[in-house]
Amino acid sequence: MSRLRRAALPALLLSLFCTIAAAVQPLDFKDAAEEKRFQSLTRELRCLVCQNQNLADSDAGLAGDLRREVFDQMRAGKSDAQIKDYLVARYSQFVLYDPPLSGSTWLLWFGPLLALLAGAGVLVVVVRRRTAALAHKTPAATAPREEEDW
Amino acid sequence: MNARLLPLAAFLLLVALLGFGLRWNMKHDQREVPSPLIGKAAPEFRLPVLNEANREFGSADLKGKPYLLNVFGSWCPSCVDEHPVLVRYAKELGLPLVGYNWKDDAADATAWLARFGNPYDVIVADTVGRTAIDFGVYGAPETFLVDGDGYIRLKRIGALTPDYVEKELKPAIAALRKPAAGGQP
Repeated sequence: MSRLRRAALPALLLSLFCTIAAAVQPLDFKDAAEEKRFQSLTRELRCLVCQNQNLADSDAGLAGDLRREVFDQMRAGKSDAQIKDYLVARYSQFVLYDPPLSGSTWLLWFGPLLALLAGAGVLVVVVRRRTAALAHKTPAATAPREEEDW
Repeated sequence: MNARLLPLAAFLLLVALLGFGLRWNMKHDQREVPSPLIGKAAPEFRLPVLNEANREFGSADLKGKPYLLNVFGSWCPSCVDEHPVLVRYAKELGLPLVGYNWKDDAADATAWLARFGNPYDVIVADTVGRTAIDFGVYGAPETFLVDGDGYIRLKRIGALTPDYVEKELKPAIAALRKPAAGGQP
């Protein structure tokens, strides 16, 4: 019956269904805490095949393998950091959705700040110029025509 | 007057940025994840040989020998594109070519090889996918060049092309043959 329904659903809904199905792939969690840890860990890891999905949400075959690997390592008593290191050693920092600050990621971290500063700089220059222009035209009762275009 | 040109200048800057981004994306494959494994020891592996239930093959059997490891699957469309290149160059490259049948069905893989040719010296089958994680495999086809000391020298993500073989792979293999090629990093 579920097959029939799936076949009948439009493509968009189908992809949504697959995503949910992948997220509930059977893994034997021993308790809620373990499941919660697993979920939060896999949410921080990128699915390398689909790249704009995290491991928790992806239904790609490799994502399933990686989820199982993460699960097995959790069971083996590895810490979150150890598991991440294991994956970074094989797949580079690309697997992390929260990349650490390093030479190649500084632009990622500070880029928005730089853009903000540049915007503020432009604003300061424009405002200064405008006040200077206003000050020059001493009979300041009439605003300069030019500025009205803004 | 100058101030009036400012928005135009800003706009042109954005257009230039867009142009740069487009060019960058055309030249760089966004899906290509740089392998941190280059220059590192290839993972140890031991896997069943395709269609030979009782035989296993692994890195221990390759000790001291440089080899190429090619990850493929019958489910992988780019592997079909790549395959003629492997068939054409397998002998010429003069290295053992290990086929790594990734997450595939043995019968499908066998039929696929019968159809497109089998350039491999040996094919290991990884149905589980665990060893592939050790190799940092995230898509097929992928090709690794491992030197005699077991270090990964080159990794090609995506299909091998004649151009890549001539310009990258052959020089890298030639570098392996030089006595004491630079030492290990």
